[in-house]
Amino acid sequence: MDGNATFAYRKRLILIAFGLVILLFLARLFQLQLLDEQWEVKARKNALRYVDDFPPRGLIYDRNGQLLVNNTISYDLMVIPRQVKLNETDRFELCRMLGISDSDYDARMEKARKYSTYAASIFMRQLTEEQHNYINESMYRFIGFYMQARTTRKYQTAAAAHTLGYIAEVNYNDMEKDAYYKMGDYIGKSGIERSYERELRGEKGFKIKLVNSLNQEKGAYENGKYDTAAIPGKDLWTTLDKDLQEYGEMLMQGKRGSIVAIEPSTGEILCMVTSPSYDPSLLVGRERGHNYALLNADSVEKPLFNRALMAMYPPGSTFKLVQALVGMEEGVVTPASRFPCYGGFPYGNGHKLGCHAHGSPLDMPSAIQTSCNAWFCYDFKAMMDNRKKYKNTGEAYAAWREKVCSFGLGSRFDTDLSYEKSGNIPTKAYYDRYYGENRWRATTIISLSIGQGEIMVTPVQLANLVAVIANKGYYYPPHLVKAIGHPDSLHTAYTTKHQVMVQPRYFEPVIEGMKRACAAGTARSAAVPGISLGGKTGTAQNPHGKDHSILVCYGPTENPKIAISVIVENAGFGATWAGPIAGLMIEKYLTDTIKRPDLEQHIKTAVIR
Amino acid sequence: MLLVLLFLLFVGFGWLNIFSTTYTDGFSLSANYGRQLIWIGLSGMCALFIMLLGSQFFRNITTPLYLFTLVLIFLAIFIGKKTKGASSWLTMGSFGIQPAEFGKYATCLLLAKYLSGTKTNLSNIKQLWPSIAIICIPILLIIMQNDMGSAIPFVFLVVVLYREGLTGWVITIGITLIVLLILSVVFPQWVILLLITAVFAWIFWRNRKHRKLRLNILLWYGIAVMYAVSAHGIYEHALQPHQKARVEVLLGLNHDTKSIGYNVNQSKIAIGSGGLFGQGFMKGTQTTMNFVPEQSTDFIFCTIGEEWGFVGASLLLLLYALFIYRIITRSEEQRDPFIRIYGYCIACIFFSHLTINIGMTLGLLPVIGIPLPFISYGGSSLLAYTLMLFTYISMDAKANSW
Repeated sequence: MDGNATFAYRKRLILIAFGLVILLFLARLFQLQLLDEQWEVKARKNALRYVDDFPPRGLIYDRNGQLLVNNTISYDLMVIPRQVKLNETDRFELCRMLGISDSDYDARMEKARKYSTYAASIFMRQLTEEQHNYINESMYRFIGFYMQARTTRKYQTAAAAHTLGYIAEVNYNDMEKDAYYKMGDYIGKSGIERSYERELRGEKGFKIKLVNSLNQEKGAYENGKYDTAAIPGKDLWTTLDKDLQEYGEMLMQGKRGSIVAIEPSTGEILCMVTSPSYDPSLLVGRERGHNYALLNADSVEKPLFNRALMAMYPPGSTFKLVQALVGMEEGVVTPASRFPCYGGFPYGNGHKLGCHAHGSPLDMPSAIQTSCNAWFCYDFKAMMDNRKKYKNTGEAYAAWREKVCSFGLGSRFDTDLSYEKSGNIPTKAYYDRYYGENRWRATTIISLSIGQGEIMVTPVQLANLVAVIANKGYYYPPHLVKAIGHPDSLHTAYTTKHQVMVQPRYFEPVIEGMKRACAAGTARSAAVPGISLGGKTGTAQNPHGKDHSILVCYGPTENPKIAISVIVENAGFGATWAGPIAGLMIEKYLTDTIKRPDLEQHIKTAVIR
Repeated sequence: MLLVLLFLLFVGFGWLNIFSTTYTDGFSLSANYGRQLIWIGLSGMCALFIMLLGSQFFRNITTPLYLFTLVLIFLAIFIGKKTKGASSWLTMGSFGIQPAEFGKYATCLLLAKYLSGTKTNLSNIKQLWPSIAIICIPILLIIMQNDMGSAIPFVFLVVVLYREGLTGWVITIGITLIVLLILSVVFPQWVILLLITAVFAWIFWRNRKHRKLRLNILLWYGIAVMYAVSAHGIYEHALQPHQKARVEVLLGLNHDTKSIGYNVNQSKIAIGSGGLFGQGFMKGTQTTMNFVPEQSTDFIFCTIGEEWGFVGASLLLLLYALFIYRIITRSEEQRDPFIRIYGYCIACIFFSHLTINIGMTLGLLPVIGIPLPFISYGGSSLLAYTLMLFTYISMDAKANSW
């Protein structure tokens, strides 16, 4: 049986079925192109213009509801190259209104054409009020151009530039990552603007407008059937205290370094000062690119470098607090332990890690009060050499590191802090690589116990460390935003309590030492009359120049409200400059007045390079 | 020869429209229209080469070619370049091919070889299975690439099986299943069940005298009810969200016109704006607003509709119909069943693309991204369709000219 003959009749059926489909398509074409007026009329008499409807970006407030950032409207002149029909006079007129030359016009048009001849590009961004009014009036002459409204940022303070961050036009990378963004859109590039881009930006809407041959908009296409409304961005309530932030930046002017203050009971960052800084208003508007290039090129001041999150310093003597706590937890020391110090700690071969003049031997609170180096070296060595508990130094060190890291050191908090650095608590593997396995002992790495050597922390980690002590053993990860959308809504992302690996009872003697340091010890310069503070100085040795001055502090000790770290680069001993700054900041935050204007004046006007 | 003439016409006309949508300033070979020109040259050379070969050659390479393309499709699942969620492209530098396109060619050849090889009788179920397998293996692999659209044309090869003796029931049942599936999306379940019950009650009534048939009808009724009950589940799970959205837009259930419905609406505006004679070459404003996506590839018919109007678009449709008609009638005249069946296969493939692609642009079918052969932008597909067509032309010429 030959298939060809038997089923040949099916050829006709198949051809008929195929033919019917073609007929259906022809009928549909006939309907769309010749019968149905709506498609034709709309397309021919009126060009459709697709306009993005930009939502206002969310506002940013401080913790007390003071406005930090809001928006203003600005207009971009858009062009669709393919639709442009300008005669010589119109073109001349447009150039005149925009204040650009003929060749500049050509260059801009060329750039737009390169992006797309039929999709809109920005011809000139952020027109002045005058330009906008002028051009808008005679829009009918400039066929192919139209105005696009956008919101731009307006900063209510010159402070907190790094923390707030800035927005800038998306680049190809951003567009690739998220199809939401189109050429000319803005995106948060750093700080809160970056961390909360999703919340702040809202959702673009989009409108189809009918445009007649005179380039006039004639309302919505199909009564807005295809339009979508823009969803405004959500407002943010940050944890910052605007007044404290501004005050901190004023104190830090002329100096390099940073101040980070945290509310210990919540982990909320009260201020995050980095100096030198810049006025955030510089990164808005038509001069944005130019200003950014200038700031970026300043290799001496590095104003774009956010020291509070990105600068890593050796913690110096402030680390002794952690060392004391870990020692007690390990059981190698007690608050009453006394170690001799006659000018330092001998670590073999007649070498000595030096110390300064104070009484000897000292117990722990006194060792903290006077910042004795030797005490903490003995403490560290006792743990490293504890062979009852650890087989070797490597194992002891790993245990030490784990406890130290539980204070939030050595890693990022990964909250809403943008571009934070992790600091460094060296691993056992690092020393094994460096010295060889089992080729290093307590004395090899003894400087860790006093916060020198490879150990590195960021200012925000340091502030968090004080918060841990103020809380006697726990912290909430430092963060910047407390409410989204509504001031009373609770932003619960960062309310997980982190318990450190030292029991609460061991904190009392350390706190006692810190109190004494502020009252009559190395941290006296931070003292605020009438407020009980606990503090510790630090002096970070710095290979590039004079030591960095560090001071950590919190208060009031009976009910801690603020924990603060201050670092002033190249300012020498911790108490000299960091101390008074910390004291003034606490006074400002807790009492809202400064009773020592002369001290304030002295700090404010000092220039340290 | 008519087919060659039509091929040249399609390719040339397609290129004009690609040029119209992608031309900016200054001629450049690296722009899309320039690259397409290179591919056209390459395809032309392949066509000439193929004209030298005879049907015996194609018969011989069929099986290895089929296996080879399967391997390529399989490889693409793992190392393929991801585009729009599907990993269907194998790339080397800026050069890329879509193995699924060549899979169609190989499948057509193998199917033709199998069906012509023995005195195949497709009403015998044992002989049906291999041909089902030949069609379904590439379909499964392509679905694994997450490229549902490219798999659909293979389904149209069932028409070839029908021509070669498969019982008409299969097609009837197949269409019924699809219709039921669509109905189950639109209407609530009880309506469907009522409908099925009514139809079966009527059939039962007509055949109430035949005792044996009655049981069969009841059995089929049970199957139909079960299918109807599970149909909505099949729809919910087998399709991905964006695919569901496309179907729902078409059925008028989803008025989300922001993204999915918008494309279709935009496509309709573009075609509608063409009127009788069109806006003229390179003068269409709607397609060129960048809001008809894929305007040089899958939505090229929009550009044609807008710039060449009803006259141009319907002429193209008619020429395409003539093209397919010519392949089919010519095939029926072949003495060699291999060539005849192969002709039917490629006719079905071309027809499936025509239907799906143009049906989509006209808003009659859901959005399924497959090209319009010879006309859409895309080198890999152009090469594959040229191979397909010229293999046929070559065999036809060799068989009927001595």
